[in-house]
Order: sequence, then structure tokens, then C-alpha cells
Amino acid sequence: MQALVIAAHGSHLNAASSTPAFAHADTIREVGAFDEVRECFWKEEPSFREVLRTLESEEVFVVPLFVSEGYFTEQVIPRELRLSGFDPEKWDSDGTSADHVTLTASDVEKTVHYCGPIGTHDAMTDVVVQRAESVTGDPTVGDGFGLAVVGHGTERNENSAKAVHYHADRIADRGRFDEVRALFMDESPEVDDVTDHFDSDDVVVVPLFIADGYHTEEDIPEDVGLTDDYRTGYDVPTTVDDTRIWYSGAVGTEDLLADVVLERASDAGASVQAEIEQVRERTRTVALATGD
Amino acid sequence: MDDDVLDSLWLAADHGVSFDGLHVDRTDETVHFETPADDATVTGRAAFEEVATEHAAYVSNWFFWHERAPTRDDHWAFCRWLEGASETPVSDRHAALDGGVTRSWGQLELTVSSTGFGERRYALRHEADADEPLAPLTRYDDPLAARQLVKHDGDGRYRPLKTATNLPTGWVFDDLLPEAMLETVEYVYPATIANWYRERKGDLDVTHWRETAARQTGIYGLVSDLDDEAVGWLAEACCVDSQCCKRREWDLDDECDLDVPRSEGAFPCREPCSLVVAAARTVTKLEREATETYELELTPSEKAQLETLVDAVAEDRLDEIREADFDDGANRYRVRYLRTKLFDDGLPDGHS
Repeated sequence: MQALVIAAHGSHLNAASSTPAFAHADTIREVGAFDEVRECFWKEEPSFREVLRTLESEEVFVVPLFVSEGYFTEQVIPRELRLSGFDPEKWDSDGTSADHVTLTASDVEKTVHYCGPIGTHDAMTDVVVQRAESVTGDPTVGDGFGLAVVGHGTERNENSAKAVHYHADRIADRGRFDEVRALFMDESPEVDDVTDHFDSDDVVVVPLFIADGYHTEEDIPEDVGLTDDYRTGYDVPTTVDDTRIWYSGAVGTEDLLADVVLERASDAGASVQAEIEQVRERTRTVALATGD
Repeated sequence: MDDDVLDSLWLAADHGVSFDGLHVDRTDETVHFETPADDATVTGRAAFEEVATEHAAYVSNWFFWHERAPTRDDHWAFCRWLEGASETPVSDRHAALDGGVTRSWGQLELTVSSTGFGERRYALRHEADADEPLAPLTRYDDPLAARQLVKHDGDGRYRPLKTATNLPTGWVFDDLLPEAMLETVEYVYPATIANWYRERKGDLDVTHWRETAARQTGIYGLVSDLDDEAVGWLAEACCVDSQCCKRREWDLDDECDLDVPRSEGAFPCREPCSLVVAAARTVTKLEREATETYELELTPSEKAQLETLVDAVAEDRLDEIREADFDDGANRYRVRYLRTKLFDDGLPDGHS
């Protein structure tokens, strides 16, 4: 038997933090890609510490629902899962290229394929683009539009910004949008001045965050100037300094993200190609149907 | 009795069946059939079917546990425990299952019933709803629904701790097959079956406070500084029956117990949870402050009121205090009065 474990942060304070993990897990359950699919959390239950013992499968693919490589993917998750002999060096990553490593967990007799975070997978680029399509309701959005990929950014972890730049660069290379920028909350260039970074009349702003919460629902809308008070809400689009801002909310809530989870497991050896196609088909249909 | 059942038992008897008091051995056409109350040796399939039918309770029990019950060790053990299989003979259990056998699991009430030959169905609800008729309860059949159901308490407040004692009421999963029941329990109280089973086997891997604290990094690295007495206060604040359904099995370390009562919960707590670690971070920082002396004058009633107020918050009693119950020291108007009288200008400064 094979299991998929989606490892997410969760929250002690925000009930919606686990929503993307549940939603993407359910999408993967529906296509029957694994014998077992289980969500686990740093701040909720089952904890990283105890999730493996809840599974029957002897082979487990663990995919972190995190946006970048760093503290959680390199220290917290492997430590809490008790992955014997894990060392970030085994990933041989440049900050965005962690793929997978196969280990055993010391408290259970299971083989664990520990994958890199979903945020740095190439397929995530497509999710950012689809997020732009969803928020504009336009499956061909790009011409006449700018796209801002927004990250938290932190001086403490250079990889946090690398993931944002990685996808911004890949989207820019495709030439679909007139302008593409990587912007940040806690480092330069800052999202506060989003309109200074674009000439386009329309700019889609996609936060590279997993779940909607304090940063994506309160900080960024206020920093960007969509609203003075997040509690009063804002329109999509909202005109700021003569630029229409199409703010999408967290990319992690996009249905297509389930595809990235499966891609990570597939890269680690799971036989899920057919299910990947099914998930792409389903989530594409959802995006076009809802246009949100 | 279905042909499928008879075929299964006939085949299994070739290697010998010995389960829950039923013994069946077959050599070619000769079958020895034995239960605690009876034994018989018969020849031929027709005679076998006749004697099997006479002992339908035993055959039904064998069929469920070998053809329908979950095979995974911990799940099997949990289902056996639910119906008291190890302490209740089949003859008694068979009758009891007709009416339903009930066990508590945290705040859950689990009922297993016999719903036909070799079949079981399971019902889950909040124990507070145990005596309610099913009609007013919202019925569910998809285990995944339990994830959202237990996310908030009855007042709509987010529950970050699944085993906290504020499981919402008003719902029931009333007709689940074994696997669906196990999945639902897993969503309501994650990992509790796995850890309960480890404990029953005698290999629960308890991680005590000091080891848990030493493992922490980042913003939680400081919790190792919390002194032993404060760890006890923390356990008493968070890890007692009134707050959590788990039974604390962790202490300071292997040799040094916390002087805090353990709960009676059905399932163990094998290490401080993330909520306790997060609370420890806060109190570790608070405990770094030196004490100072503050001088303020209170009437005896005001002193008692402050104690009542602290108690009311600690026991989560505020919602129960009636609007005009001025005799209750934690009544909102009483507290507002106290604030106006004593605290409007702030409390006096302290001194070392």
C-alpha cells in the first residue's frame, strides 16, 4: 500500500489555515491516486509527530504544503517525522531545487519518500498563472496585463525570496504577460509600492502563500492600497493610482495546486501519471466554470 | 444462513477454526463442531449446514471477524474493544449487539450494533446527545465531514486542539461500516487509536517534557528554560480532565513525575502537544520577570470578587453568568463597577 501525506503548517488561531490542505487532499482522494491520503500539521492534529503511525501503508510520500525551502522543510518536518539520517545536503538544492529523498522513520516500519515543498516545483508556475486566470475570469489573460508574484520575504531565509523570483522569472520567460515582477512584504522591492513597478493599466497580484489568513487577507490588501481597513473589504479589481489591481488571494487555494502535490509524489516514484491528468482536467474545469 | 457464509466456514474448517469459543474441524466430509455449550460430530455438507445453523450466533460472530472486520491490528483491536469481545462470551454479546453496545471515547459515544448475519454497524455522536432521539440530530455518513464538524465548538469558536473538551453537539453518524467508523474517529480524535493500541501492547513511546523541550528550535527553543514547578502548573492548566480528553502519560522525564493529577481518559497523551509547547513559550517569557510588590487596598468582598473573576475565566464560566446576577463576582456589571472604582487610573506602580 502507498500513502500520501500532505504536511501543512496549520494554526492555533485561524480555522481556515487547514482549508487548502483538506481541499487538495480531497481532490487527490477523489481520483484514487493513493490507498491512503492524510493531512497533518505543525499546529493542528494529526501532528507531524504522530501522523505516520495512523497509516497502514508501508510506503509513504510526504509532500510539504510550504512555499519555500527552509526552516520547516529542512528542520521541523524531518525532525518531527523522525526521519532517520535526514540532512538537507541530501537534497543538494540551490534553494529551489529540492526534489525528494528516501528514508525511514524511527518510530514506524515504513519507507518515507520525503519531497521538496510544493512552492518550488515547476508546476507551481502554472498554478500562479491559473490563479491569474481565475481572478480575472479570463483564460487568456496576459496581453495588456502585468503580474506581480508576492512573497513574504525574510532576511533570515534567502530561499523565501528565491521561490518567488523563480516563478516570476519563469512566467516572464513565457512572454504571456506584458510585465512580471517579484514583490515582497518584508524586503525590497515591496508590494506597498506595487503600482510604481508597473506601466500596465491592469495588474494581477498573486500572493505566493498557501492559505488565506492574516498576511493575505489583512496585510497585503491594506499595504497595496485596496482598502484602508480590510474589514470593509475591497473590489476585484480595485483601482489604485490609476491602475486596476486584480488581487487574487493566496495561490494555495487554487484547485490546480493538487496537481503540484501529485507531481511532487510522482517525482519521488509514485505511479500517479493518470491521476495527474485527471486532476488537471478537473481543476481546469472548475476554474473555467467559476471564473473566480 | 447464506451459502457464502457456509462456504467460507466449510473451507476454513479444513484448516481448523478456533475463535471466540467456536471450534470447527473438518476432515473430508466429517466435521467436528464445538461451542462452550455444545459439541457434535456430523458427516456431510447437509448435516454441517444444519449444525451451523443451530449455532448461528457463533458462526455469525466468526464470519464478521474474518470476512467483514478490518484486518489492521490496531483497528481490529479497537473494534474488539468496542463490543467487549475479550470479556463477553459470544452468547451474551450476540444478544447485547442486537440492542447496541456502547463505549465512550473522549467525548464520543460509540455504539456498535448487529444489523444482520455477520454484519455490524456503528454510530458516533457526542456523549451529551446519547439520550437524545436521533431526529433532532444532524445526520452524516461521510467520514470526511467530521473534519469540519469538529473544527468549531458549540459557540462557533475555533478548536485548535481536537481532544479539548469542547466537542460540539447536535450531530450523529448513525450507520457506518467498520472502516468508515474508524476513519471518522480518526478525524475527531487523530492518532488516538494508534497510540491506545501501542499502549495496550506495552510499547507506547512516551516523550517526556524535558526531551520535548530540548527538541524545540526557533521561537520555541526557549521553553527549555521553564522551571519544573512551572511545567507542573502548565500541565495543571492544560492537561487535566476538564480541559483535554487525553490521559497525560508524560512527565518531566522517565524518573521525575509531575505532581499533577492524571486524567482517566481512554486514550493516552504520549508527549506535550503543540498547544502546550506554544503556551510554554508564553509562560517561559513571563516567568523571566522578577516579582515586585504592589500596594492597593481592597475590601474583603473585592478581594473575593477578584478570586471569583479569575476562577470564572479559568473555568470558562463567563457565558453562564446571568445578566443581572449581581451576586456573582464575575458578573459584567459587577466587574465594570470594580474597574471604575479601582482601575480607572491604573494600578499603583510596584517596587522591588
